[in-house]
Amino acid sequence: MAAVRSMNKMYGVCFRRMAGLKASRLLQHRAFRVGAVHRQEPFDSTLEKPQFPGASAEFVDHLEFIQPNVISGIPVYRVMDRQGNIINPSQDPQLSKEQVLNFYQKMTLLNTMDRILYESQRQGRISFYMTNYGEEGTHIGSAAALDPSDIVFGQYREAGVLMYRGFPLDMFMAQCYANADDLGKGRQMPVHYGSKDLNFVTISSPLATQIPQAAGAAYAVKRENMNRAVICYFGEGAASEGDAHAGFNFSATLECPLIFFCRNNGYAISTPTNEQYRGDGIAARGPGYGMLSIRVDGNDVFAVYNATKEARRRAVAENQPFLIEAMTYRIGHHSTSDDSSAYRSVDEVNYWDKQDHPISRLRHYMTARNWWSEDDERSWRKQSRKTVMEAFERAEKRLKPNPELMFTDVYQEMTPNLNKQRESMWRHMKQYKEHYPFDQYVK
Amino acid sequence: MAASVRCFLRSGKNAVSALGQRGFHKSAPVAVQMMVRDALNQAMDEELERDERVFLLGEEVAQYDGAYKVSRGLWKKYGDKRIIDTPITEMGFAGIAVGAAFAGLRPICEFMTFNFSMQAIDQVINSAAKTYYMSAGQQSVPIVFRGPNGASAGVAAQHSQCFAAWYAHCPGLKVVSPWSAEDAKGLLKSAIRDDNPVVFLENELMYGVPFEMSEESQSKDFTIPIGKAKVERQGTHVTLVTHSRYVSYCLDAAVVLAKEGIECEVINLRTIRPMDVESIETSVMKTNHLVTVEGGWPQFGVGAEICARIMEGPAFNYLDSPATRVTGVDIPMPYAKLLEDN
Repeated sequence: MAAVRSMNKMYGVCFRRMAGLKASRLLQHRAFRVGAVHRQEPFDSTLEKPQFPGASAEFVDHLEFIQPNVISGIPVYRVMDRQGNIINPSQDPQLSKEQVLNFYQKMTLLNTMDRILYESQRQGRISFYMTNYGEEGTHIGSAAALDPSDIVFGQYREAGVLMYRGFPLDMFMAQCYANADDLGKGRQMPVHYGSKDLNFVTISSPLATQIPQAAGAAYAVKRENMNRAVICYFGEGAASEGDAHAGFNFSATLECPLIFFCRNNGYAISTPTNEQYRGDGIAARGPGYGMLSIRVDGNDVFAVYNATKEARRRAVAENQPFLIEAMTYRIGHHSTSDDSSAYRSVDEVNYWDKQDHPISRLRHYMTARNWWSEDDERSWRKQSRKTVMEAFERAEKRLKPNPELMFTDVYQEMTPNLNKQRESMWRHMKQYKEHYPFDQYVK
Repeated sequence: MAASVRCFLRSGKNAVSALGQRGFHKSAPVAVQMMVRDALNQAMDEELERDERVFLLGEEVAQYDGAYKVSRGLWKKYGDKRIIDTPITEMGFAGIAVGAAFAGLRPICEFMTFNFSMQAIDQVINSAAKTYYMSAGQQSVPIVFRGPNGASAGVAAQHSQCFAAWYAHCPGLKVVSPWSAEDAKGLLKSAIRDDNPVVFLENELMYGVPFEMSEESQSKDFTIPIGKAKVERQGTHVTLVTHSRYVSYCLDAAVVLAKEGIECEVINLRTIRPMDVESIETSVMKTNHLVTVEGGWPQFGVGAEICARIMEGPAFNYLDSPATRVTGVDIPMPYAKLLEDN
C-alpha cells in the first residue's frame, strides 16, 4: 500500500513535468512543497540504474548488508572545555557581559527554585515536583538562541526555557500551588506550566505527544510566513515513542521550520540509554528521516546556543526541520516519585554534579574574565534564595481558585449537562458547608 | 495497521455504495437531490473557501480525492497548502492537526475510517479534548476529526464498529453523527466553525445515498446547530431514538408499524455529545414508550446512556413500559455475509 502510494506520487511528478500546459497548472499546486519535487529523480527508462520510486542509487553485484554502525560515533560539538576555556576562538559566540551574566543568573535561579520546590514537596506542601538539576545549560542555551515569537513545545523538564522567556517566579509558584493566580486555574499537576503570552504551549503529561503537535504548529508557522520557528523538546526516552517517529517523518515531508531538541540525559526514569536504543543515540536517526542533525555538549551553554541559533536560522530560511541531540546528565531524581539511588551510583551522580556541571563551567568562564567574583556569587546566592522564598510564601498564602471554575473551559460554552452539574455541586456544598473550607477559596 | 485491508476497503467501495443506494428514501425527484458524499464535499469546499485557516489532512485526501472520494476535487481547487496527503501514521497526523490548531489553524483531520482512529486516540482524547480545559481556556483546539464510522459491509470485525459511545464518553469533545445529506452538510459546516474539537462520525453505507436538499440547505450559510436533535417523523405511540444510518431503519419501521396502527415518533439525535435529552424527554412524555436504535454494542452504549438519562429525569414517570434498546450484537462483527446480515 505504501509502495503504491509513493509510486502514484512519483509518476505524478514526472509525468507532469513532461506534459505541457496542463502539467504546469497542476505543478502550481505542488509549489508549496518545493523540496519534494527536487529530491525526486526524474524517470528515465534509458538509464541502466534503479528506477524504483522512493530510492535512487546504483545497482551492485555483490551481496552485502549495511552495517548498523554506518553512522556511529557522531562527534559532540562543544565550545568550552570543562574548565570554561574557549577551545576554538572562531566558535566563541562573543556574547556581552550582560548576556552571559543573564545566562548565569537564570541557570542558578532555576536551580534555587528547584531546591525550594523540591523541599516543599518533601514536606508535603505540594504533591509532585520535577527538578532540572544538571540540564540548566540545555534550557538557557537553547532558549537564548530563539526569537520570543517562536513557539515552544516542552516535555516537562524545560522550566528554564520558560524562565528565560520571562515567566515570573510568582507564576511558577502559583502553578505548583494551584492557587488563584495560576494561569491554569489549578487544573494541572505541578510543573505543567503554560503561557500563551510567552508562546509556551501547556505541558501535557503523556510522553511525546508534543512531537507531532510541534510538527503541526510548525506547518501553521510556515503557512503564516512570518519568520517564526517552533522548537520541540523531548528526552531520549520519549524518542522511543511512536509519536517521535511520526513527528520526525511529518516535519521532514511537510518541510517545516522546526527544531527537535533532544535532551539526552542518560536516563528515562530508571532506564539507561543502553537499554533505550541500540544505534548511536538520537542524532543518528536524523539522516534516516532526511533531516539535518547535530550532537552537542549540553553542559556547554555556548555550544547549545550556537547550534540552536544556526538551526533556527536555517530552519526558517530553508523551511526544514533540524535535530539537535544535547548530551547532558539528569543529576536529580526523575521526579519526586522516584529514588534514583536504586539504579545508579552516588559516584556517578557526583561526577556530573562536581566535575562536569553546566553552571560551574559557565562560572569558570566568567571568573576567567573577571566578570564574577566570590562576593558576587555569595550575594547573588543570598538574593536569589530570598526572592524565591518570598514568592514561595506568597503562593502558599494565596487563596485557591473558585470551585465554579471546575466546570468552565470544558467547552467554549457551557452545555446543559455542565450547568446541571454545577448547580448540583453548589447545592451540595451549601447543604454540607461545615465540611468545606470556603474561606480558602476565592469567592 | 490495516494497510492491506484498506486497499480492499477501497476496491469494495463501489459495491458498497451501490448497496447503499438501494435507498430508504426515494421520494419523487422534485427538489435537488444530493448524495451524502457530495453534501460533505460541498460543506468542506464552502468552509475552505470561507476561511483561509481551514485545511484538510489525512491519508489519500489530495490527489487521490480521498479513499471514499469525499474530498473529490478539493486538491485541484485548493492545492498542497490546504489539502495535505500525509504519511501513514494516524497518531502522527492527529498530532499534526492538534499542533496546527494550537497555532491558529482549523484542521479537518480525515481518518480513512474511524477504526484507524484508535491508533490516534491518545491525541484525540488526551490532547485535543482536554487542552482547552487544562490550559484554563488559553488554548483552544478547533479541529474536526471526520471519517466513516460504524459497520460497513463485508469488512469484518476490525472495520465494523461504532465509535459514538467511545468518543461521547469524553468531556471536551463534541460528537456528531449525521444521517441525511442535509445533516451532513449543515452539521459539518457547524463542526468546522466550532471552536471545540468535534468528532464527526459519517457512515460509509450512507455516502452514496441521495437525499432531497431543501432550498435553504443549498445556501452557503446553511448550518445545523450542534446539540439539537431532530424529530424526523411525528408520532404518538412510541419514541424511536436513533442516529446515523439507523434513522433510515426507524423510518422504514415506522411505515410498517403505521399500517398496524402504531404511530412512531422518530428522533434523529444528530449530536451524541452534548446530547439533546430534552427533545427525547418531551417525546417520551407524549408517547410513554421508548426504544433506542443504534449500530453500536449494547454495553455502555448510546442507548444505555439515553435510558439512564431518562431514568434520572422528569420523563421516567411517564413511561408505561421499560425502555428497550436495539443495538448491534455484542460480538465482534463476523465476516461471513450470512452472519453479518443477521
